Amino acid sequence: MQITVTVNDAAFTREVEPRLLLIHFLRDDLGLTGSHWGCDTSNCGACVVWLDETPVKSCTVLAAMADGRRVRTVEGMAAGGRLDPVQEGFVQCHGLQCGFCTPGMMLTARWLLDHNPDPTAEEIREALSGQVCRCTGYENIVRAVQWASRHEAAGRDAGPAGGTR
Amino acid sequence: MQVPAQVEYEKAASVEHALALLARYGPEARVLAGGHSLIPMMKLRLAQPETLIDINGLTELAYLRVTGGELLIGALTRHAELLASAPAGEHFAILHDAEKVIADPVVRSWGTIGGSLCQADPSEDLSAAFAALKATMVICHPGGTRTVSAREFHTAPYETVVGPGELLTEIRIPVRPGGGSAYEKVGRRVGDWPVGAAGVALWLDGDAIADAGIGLTAVGAGHFAAPEAEEFLRGASPSEDNLARAGQIAAEHCRPVSDQRGPAAYKRHLAGELTVRALRRALRRARGEDT
Repeated sequence: MQITVTVNDAAFTREVEPRLLLIHFLRDDLGLTGSHWGCDTSNCGACVVWLDETPVKSCTVLAAMADGRRVRTVEGMAAGGRLDPVQEGFVQCHGLQCGFCTPGMMLTARWLLDHNPDPTAEEIREALSGQVCRCTGYENIVRAVQWASRHEAAGRDAGPAGGTR
Repeated sequence: MQVPAQVEYEKAASVEHALALLARYGPEARVLAGGHSLIPMMKLRLAQPETLIDINGLTELAYLRVTGGELLIGALTRHAELLASAPAGEHFAILHDAEKVIADPVVRSWGTIGGSLCQADPSEDLSAAFAALKATMVICHPGGTRTVSAREFHTAPYETVVGPGELLTEIRIPVRPGGGSAYEKVGRRVGDWPVGAAGVALWLDGDAIADAGIGLTAVGAGHFAAPEAEEFLRGASPSEDNLARAGQIAAEHCRPVSDQRGPAAYKRHLAGELTVRALRRALRRARGEDT
């Protein structure tokens, strides 16, 4: 079957099998290997991408279900040559060790800050609770998201001209 | 690598179209909503449909509203939408209690209420909540619609009364004054299926319990309900002794089985204890002492 999916603002039309999972479509058909293929059972969250405006586990979504929709992956986080504040937070706070969980963590964190710009540590942990860091580096992941939250708040306080995004 | 077997795929454009597709492809077709139960089952070959009928485009089935003294939940409503719904939480705290402990936030953002119910896992949480609330399920078929009580919806593990040519479209819950509700679950870890869970809805008339609904999941309760314990509470005073006795009755009527989540005796203990905890919290809420 033919599907057209808009990934990171670019439309891709491909012939796919209906059983193809979205994670494999992104990685194998489009070569976007930033999204990681982890547990295959919707437990680990390494494969989290946005489907329209919502983070989903792309190992449990068919590529066919994304037909006509928008997908956002880690490759689409930076804009205009600048890292997203969430990405910058992971750099600043050593929010990754091996990096396998990082793309999924950052995409969910981005969604969280879009809906709750000043989350508590508890709210960050809850939002990321469906995602596993195999290095167990959770403390720094929470700090990274807090860094991004503070950074964006400072940008807002500085007014529109000082915005970071 | 886990991938589903080969399958045909059709995208439904309306409820009528979905019903026509179901009629055309017959009993080997399955409705695909969020897919967070069905796709894992397909990967494991526990489900091998010939055709998937994708209803994710049927946005007319994604809603939550209070109309005519009932809370109406469209079958395509995502778990996250139910958890975020103020009217649902205001009238039925049990639904928010349950949603907070169903899977994880990312799974909840795409998994649907109707999909969870039609998967009919014997450990599913909302099945117990809807049994406690005495909800009604609305099922569409080519000739119109029919309604079935939540307690008649499941016929066996992984089986429901929804026939091959039919589509679950709505869940209706009567809004009644003087009520309180709560859900209590014990799982092995965050986001897991319950080892055992109990949901309670009760309504007070002065100092007496006017009516009670008790739902149980993962503990082998018939139709996810505990009617004997409900009968005991009806008209009784909500004393601690009576709540404890109701928990005992609920536990006695369960048929839990030992599995990797725990031994049968522990699950029976949970059925009783969690029923009592949910009764206590529902009672506090009915009295306005708790949110």
